[in-house]
Amino acid sequence: MLLVLLSIILLLASSALALFFSREPSRAQDAGAYGAVAASALGLWAAVRTLAAGSAETLSLPWSVPLGSLSFCLDPLSALFLVPVFLLTGLAAVYGVGYLRSYAGSKPLGLAWAAFNTLTAAMVLVFTAANAVLFLLGWELMAAASFLLVLFEHDKAQSRKAGFIYLAAGGAGALLLMAAFALLGAGSPLLDFASFRTPSGTAASAIFLLALGGFGLKAGFIPLHVWLPEAHPAAPSHVSAVMSGVMIKTGIYGLIRVLVFLGPWQEWWGWTLLAAGCVSCVLGALFALAQHELKRVLAYSSIENIGIILAAVGLGMVGAAHNADRLAALAFAGALLHVFNHSLFKGLLFMGAGAVLHGAGTAELDALGGLAKKMPRTALLFIAGAASACALPPFNGFAGEFLVYLGAFKGISSYPAVALAGVLAGLSLAVAGALAAAAFARAAGAAFLGEPRTERAAAAHPPDGLMLFSMYALGALCLAVCAAAPLLLVPLVSAVGAGFGGGFGAAAALEVPGPLVYISAGALLLAAVAAIAAVKRRSMFPAARTADVPTWDCGYAAPTARMQYGASSFAQPLTDFFQPVLRKLGQYPVIAEYFPGKASFSTEAQAVVYNAVYAPAAARIRDLAYRFSWLQHGRLQIYIMYIVVTLLGLLLWKL
Amino acid sequence: MEIVKPLTQYLAALLLAPLLPGIINRVKAFFAGRRGQPVLQLYYDLYKLLQKAPVYSRTTTWVFRAGPVIGLAAILTSLAVLPFAGRPSFLAFDGDFIFLLYLLGLARFATVLAALDTGSAFEGMGASREMQFAVFAEPAFFLGLAALARVTGQTSLAGMFGVLTGDLWRTAAPVLALLTASFFIVLLAENSRVPADDPNTHLELTMIHEVMVLDHSGPELAYILYGAALKLWFFGALIACMVLPRHSGSWAGDTGLFLLAMAGVAAAVGVVESVIARLRLIKVPYMLITAFAFSTLALIFQMGR
Amino acid sequence: MHTFAELIIVFVILLDLALAVTGSLSSCIRLVAVQGVVAGILPLLAGSGTPHARTAAFAAFIILLKGVVFPWLLTRARDRSGARKDVEPLITYPASIMLCLGAFIASSWLGSRLPLPETNVAWIVPASLATIFTGFLLITTRSKAITQVLGYLVIENGIYIFGLALFVEQPLMVELAILLDVFVAVFVMGIAIFHISREFDHIDTAELSELSDWRRGEYGK
Repeated sequence: MLLVLLSIILLLASSALALFFSREPSRAQDAGAYGAVAASALGLWAAVRTLAAGSAETLSLPWSVPLGSLSFCLDPLSALFLVPVFLLTGLAAVYGVGYLRSYAGSKPLGLAWAAFNTLTAAMVLVFTAANAVLFLLGWELMAAASFLLVLFEHDKAQSRKAGFIYLAAGGAGALLLMAAFALLGAGSPLLDFASFRTPSGTAASAIFLLALGGFGLKAGFIPLHVWLPEAHPAAPSHVSAVMSGVMIKTGIYGLIRVLVFLGPWQEWWGWTLLAAGCVSCVLGALFALAQHELKRVLAYSSIENIGIILAAVGLGMVGAAHNADRLAALAFAGALLHVFNHSLFKGLLFMGAGAVLHGAGTAELDALGGLAKKMPRTALLFIAGAASACALPPFNGFAGEFLVYLGAFKGISSYPAVALAGVLAGLSLAVAGALAAAAFARAAGAAFLGEPRTERAAAAHPPDGLMLFSMYALGALCLAVCAAAPLLLVPLVSAVGAGFGGGFGAAAALEVPGPLVYISAGALLLAAVAAIAAVKRRSMFPAARTADVPTWDCGYAAPTARMQYGASSFAQPLTDFFQPVLRKLGQYPVIAEYFPGKASFSTEAQAVVYNAVYAPAAARIRDLAYRFSWLQHGRLQIYIMYIVVTLLGLLLWKL
Repeated sequence: MEIVKPLTQYLAALLLAPLLPGIINRVKAFFAGRRGQPVLQLYYDLYKLLQKAPVYSRTTTWVFRAGPVIGLAAILTSLAVLPFAGRPSFLAFDGDFIFLLYLLGLARFATVLAALDTGSAFEGMGASREMQFAVFAEPAFFLGLAALARVTGQTSLAGMFGVLTGDLWRTAAPVLALLTASFFIVLLAENSRVPADDPNTHLELTMIHEVMVLDHSGPELAYILYGAALKLWFFGALIACMVLPRHSGSWAGDTGLFLLAMAGVAAAVGVVESVIARLRLIKVPYMLITAFAFSTLALIFQMGR
Repeated sequence: MHTFAELIIVFVILLDLALAVTGSLSSCIRLVAVQGVVAGILPLLAGSGTPHARTAAFAAFIILLKGVVFPWLLTRARDRSGARKDVEPLITYPASIMLCLGAFIASSWLGSRLPLPETNVAWIVPASLATIFTGFLLITTRSKAITQVLGYLVIENGIYIFGLALFVEQPLMVELAILLDVFVAVFVMGIAIFHISREFDHIDTAELSELSDWRRGEYGK
């Protein structure tokens, strides 16, 4: 526990140092990155030790803030969330040094590093706080630091819009959480988590809904996701990796914690989570398919994965309501494993996208192509990350989803209600998996394969060694997690026990070992067969002729790069089919003559939920606010008068 | 001793799979009044291709070369999990069909990326369609397996097919019939047979699977063709296990019957290809949605029993 | 015997699906006829023991009416109207099939909730409700008048099967009354379609709205 506190202090100190060096970019980079890496190493050691031991450590320091206390707790659930935080921020810091180098002089790197390390410290605080005030403090610090990072390129209008939406979403979420914690902590003077009393039925449901809204706004499931696809692409890529990989998981973490405080779960909570999860994972994957920018594809894929995690938690809760503890244990373990896995592959993918942005200067899919020849290692790693994101064995994404599927199938041969939940969860995962495979094949294909579509893509340069190092590390972890899945048994079981209750931990200890062994057996078998097939292939024509011939374009003699299937055309059959949901905008050429001349075509993916729900609602609220604009005079005297009147009113009311 | 039978089964699958396309072609030739190519034609083709040096376009990268290898490896691995004649293979575990589903997904992903690596419009077209149809085929297949899991109360393929007996057909015939129909439609779509795709068409514009592998040659093409035959074997074996619930107890008898049923499935595919016209591309998803409807109906029937 | 009856029930539902998605008018007529015949066979299988002679005679009558007379009338009406040979649905195939599946899910839930006497054959009630819904689907989402008649016939099939669940032994009286209504309806519609088409050259019900008063002004110019 002390090590984790030490890492928080180290992070805050190094961010102060980075701010101090803001005039000298290279020193600021060093201060920030060394601090982040050292803190990661410390924290990782502490978190792994807690996971291996499977026990909780608590720490209370004297603090004289009303309603608060400096109480920390590091239990296996916190540790399971902390491991990816430290892993990813450490690697992202290494990556960031290479990535930000080109911004030296044009952007305030000292501020960026200060915000990055503060963000990390805030996340660690959120995952270890055992007091509501401390938790909310970390929560707000996290929102503020990441807000600064979203505005890193504030000269772009899109970044400013993203920053505003992000700020609004963060504010709304924090308000809901304050209400939730106020209700939870009624009767406990210090708002320590340990002193929360189990609320009664209706109050519990109200708290559940408040927490779902507050944490959901951070986790970003549909329909609370509108900030995510704006903010994640706007931040620098290593920050996007951290935001998508671990920061949104604070929402999942908070939700799980609150669920435990709420005592006996009501069945409809499970159904609510399941429904939100199913909708998010299918629509997230579908929206990812329609995006034209690489980082936006990844952002929507994060929504999909949050949906998978949420659906798994919901499935487990429905199962628990019907006393199907083994199903619940599998689903919960799958959810937690996917939390871990998603942070690895999403970190890798965002870093890959960052390498593309860094090397080609754009991440618009229709402007890329053929990058695999310019940056072969990035291509390899991105494709590995994409395969992970599609849950394809032998990569890690498969492991967590497999556990969830298994839970779903346990449910399918059970009572009708549980069976329905199992079918819904499994079916959504299957549909989302197929859509995600299409989305990632499209993204990887359009960016890395074929011929470059623009000169910028043709002139792309590979990322430097530091960036590659981080990506290699994450790629290796993606493979290792699936191959060495049985090693994860102890951490998973103890985290399930700590997060959801000891009964589920015991059930998980029975149910999880088998699947983990088979996952790794399957992955190793596949790797062995692939190795044999590759060696056999190599032995046939070791020095195969790579004659200088063009692609046989069905006899067409002069193919150009623009004739390739691009991102829009690849997705078109599916996006057309789902047009009622996607509502993409487009201009299609009309061919009316026998010899048509030049024509143009464009499609644009809409932010469907934002445009259909939030924008009209915001306009409505603004109109309402204008009606009260007469209150606003811009004169200090009148404002002071308002305050005096309010005070008097309160006084009179209390009399 | 226990390793011998699974090994024999596995080797039998590897050796006999290229027969299935031969049988289909012979049935089609029979319907068309032709003599048709030899049943062993695919073996000759594979042998010939393995002797040939491949040619690579200058656009392609390692992705193009890795595609067929990974695709074949995934199918080979899946056959090591697939039950043979209702008996477990090397690996059988709870939820193994999920592993199989994702292995097929891996093969598809590798093939699609290899197709996109050529930079050809035609191959991109095929890749796009392949991914589109997978979005409709996978839910149908998944729900079918879910219904099968509910009918049998088992969560591994070997378990399911071990429980699937004549008695079960007597009590749950409607459900099992619907599932067989659904799996058969998925077989046709996944193996690019008529009416979803036409392996013999002349026009690249209308192809799906064949157009994705236009640029592959030599051993890589052999890998792809062999992988396709194994994939046909995979789906055929599922259907053969569905419709052949008899377990005589003798390994040789079961195996013989199973092989006959496989030939029957191949013949059925040939008959379907001969009597049904190919669907318009835009209607292929409709066909798969029909399979989805069959699976859903089966599941609802089973839940209400 | 009951497994066989269940298979027939499944067949009825598959016919519902097929009706929801089929594109050609003549196959639509044929499907409705097949469904009528299949439904007509059901009472012979659903009861316990050998069917009563009266039941058998009645089933024969139903089969004759639904399998021969109605299709003949409808085909005649379609041929004489000279309309296009496809159904012209207002919604897409996937939407139709998903609606049909949704109807089946809803009716299986409803079937488990309705306080009905136990039936010998599983799924009679859900199948009948689903069939009724498919009839409504045909009526509401197809543009031709003839598909509306077909829709009524499908609803009648559903009611017939529903009656079977209620009165396993004597569905006769209720059914006979409905059948008579439907018979008259088909007859009248057959004639009506024929005449409408002579007047308007087509039998698209959407065009019939031109007859309404408020648009007459426009057309009067």
